[in-house]
Amino acid sequence: MGIEQKAGEMGVITTTLEQVVNWGRTNSMWPMLFGLACCAIEMMAAQASSYDMSRFGMELNRASPRQSDLMIVAGRVSRKMAPVVRHLYDQMPDPKWVIAMGDCASCGGVYNNYAILQGVDEVVPVDVYVAGCPPRPEGLIHGVITLHDKVRHEKLKTWG
Amino acid sequence: MDEHLQPVVDALQARFGVAVHEYAGEVSLTVKADQIVEVCQSLRDDHAFEMLIDETAVDYYPEMEPRFHVIYQVYSMSKNIILCLRVPVDGTNPHLPTIETVWAGANWYEREVFDMFGILYDGHSDMRRIVMPADWQGHPLRKDYPLGYEEVQFTFNYEDVQRRKPHPKE
Amino acid sequence: MSDIVAFRDVKVEELKHLLSPRALTGETMLLNMGPQHPSTHGVLRLLLELDGEIVVNCIPDIGFLHTGVEKNMESKLFQQAEVMVDRLDYLNPLGNNLTYCLAVEKLVGLDVPERAQTLRVLLSELTRINSHLVWIGTSGLDLAAMSVFLYAMREREMILDIFEMISGQRMMTTYIRPGGVWRDVPAEFEPAVREFIRIFPARLKEYESMLTNNALFLERTQGIGVISKEDCIRYSLTGPVLRGSGMAYDLRKARPYSGYEQYNFDVPTETAGDVYARYLVRVEEMRQSLRIVEQALDKMPTGPIRSNNRKFIPPPRSELGVSMEALIHHFKLWTEGYPAPKEGVYAATESPRGELGVYLEGDGGPKPYRVHLRTPSFISLQAMPLLTKGHFVADVVGIIGSIDIVLGDADR
Repeated sequence: MGIEQKAGEMGVITTTLEQVVNWGRTNSMWPMLFGLACCAIEMMAAQASSYDMSRFGMELNRASPRQSDLMIVAGRVSRKMAPVVRHLYDQMPDPKWVIAMGDCASCGGVYNNYAILQGVDEVVPVDVYVAGCPPRPEGLIHGVITLHDKVRHEKLKTWG
Repeated sequence: MDEHLQPVVDALQARFGVAVHEYAGEVSLTVKADQIVEVCQSLRDDHAFEMLIDETAVDYYPEMEPRFHVIYQVYSMSKNIILCLRVPVDGTNPHLPTIETVWAGANWYEREVFDMFGILYDGHSDMRRIVMPADWQGHPLRKDYPLGYEEVQFTFNYEDVQRRKPHPKE
Repeated sequence: MSDIVAFRDVKVEELKHLLSPRALTGETMLLNMGPQHPSTHGVLRLLLELDGEIVVNCIPDIGFLHTGVEKNMESKLFQQAEVMVDRLDYLNPLGNNLTYCLAVEKLVGLDVPERAQTLRVLLSELTRINSHLVWIGTSGLDLAAMSVFLYAMREREMILDIFEMISGQRMMTTYIRPGGVWRDVPAEFEPAVREFIRIFPARLKEYESMLTNNALFLERTQGIGVISKEDCIRYSLTGPVLRGSGMAYDLRKARPYSGYEQYNFDVPTETAGDVYARYLVRVEEMRQSLRIVEQALDKMPTGPIRSNNRKFIPPPRSELGVSMEALIHHFKLWTEGYPAPKEGVYAATESPRGELGVYLEGDGGPKPYRVHLRTPSFISLQAMPLLTKGHFVADVVGIIGSIDIVLGDADR
């Protein structure tokens, strides 16, 4: 593992609470298994064989919001779906993060009309926006790594 | 016109007095609203049109009167011909008899037309909205219904839009 | 008794014409499945009335992905409106493009050169394989066969790489345009497709070895979700569902478009009409699609890839540098568009899910007056009550998978 060299004979490591908690949070971030539209297919591709997002500790997709930390809003959010998205977000336990995947979830994309919410940030607070229509799996993975970076630098006093 | 289609059109013309229009190889018949069930029944039983492919509506507001045209595409598998029916529907209190009894598949098409255009179907078994939320106001595909365009946020109007935009609580 | 709530804010009283009388007394249980459910393939909500574990009634509720595409297209030029159709049925983007382009071409009377036709056929068949691969993966996943998903996504990447090579985009290519295709394919295209043709049959055998004779899979699929040929026709169901019930109806044979009459392929049918029959039909369809791809690649003619009708098609880029008129014409076509007659046309293609139709009406201007999309998922979902009645809740998942719905397609 490598850790025993660092810990030495005593089996003790010294670190800050902030660091160890943030390390734990980033490396087992479980996304909610929840797809809306086209982007969900690319999200599936990101988790499948060629791109394999589990390399970043995200292999476990939870179908229940109660067991997930990360909500990937993959696709356009219609006015009928918006209350449901908010409801799902409210059901997730803290700490929780949101990635708006794709143009539609970020800003409405090509659909500027009565039916589509102009960005999911109107109903849930978004941490990372991923551009693209749909974003490539690499794009999503980059978004996830950006989020990890953000979480790793969170401060003790801002923990929710 | 297709050799199989000609006798069908002739028979319908003789019996119901429908108007025939042809464009790009497609034949459409204009049928009166109160005759539509009979016409469909006759198409299915006498002329082997087994399948209703499509049913939709067009809103000609404000240019044309009557305002709506309901459009049916019916298909005969055995003869491999497709026929289009047009039914003009008046704009004030629009309603039309349902053809659900002829082709069961018309159920959802008619619910969609009701949802999008507000045309009520008499005798329909389940006249609820289908795609829009149940409490939605208005019928989106009518021409007098706005598209609902929202101003797009760019660098030059960022602050302006940001102030107006709804922001959720954590 | 009247305080039983069916959907959010919808009292069970309002749905009593769809439920059995036992639901009103609370004797049967109402269960909401979706819209966030891993096996509904998107945002579908089903209200199930259950007697123990048996489904008594099923009421689908759609519209959670309603995008307002039809309304939005009315405000765009004919060329611009095309990007909207890609994102409808997001597993069949090229097929959607093709259907829309066929409608536009029919409306304005535009010809398509031979090479473009062949490319269209080739690409829409690759899209069909792509769509069926996602289907086999996800419906395997629903029935607890995880590995098929990982295998199928591997081959799907090969197809997406081909799409990316020709258009620059993996999924939403908008490669097929009215009057032809966007631009010619690069030199690497042919070897890439040949490689796919070489590899794919063996891979297809792999999937089959995981599912076709798998006892668990057979148990979950045979005799489940049976629908008769007559019911299919009554409910306007087309595509693999109809073919799985024993009717050899395929638009590519019945009303050929884009020169499908020149290709040799079979229309696979099964008679059982259950989930397993639909599975067999789709697997065989992939094999037939591969045959078409190979034939198209072999006969690929040379020549222009776009119509030369300058009324609708902008002049090629090589002319823009030397001819002022060509430049003005190019500018005007892209900013003002071209007028279409005040007529309505209906064009349809065989999408992986069934008959995909576009009803397009012009009003003499450069924008569509009305676009209606006849989408196969919408129609297939209508038969859900029929398909699920009398089965276990667990089988509902398999049935949804077998009709292969895409919610973007159903809700538009």
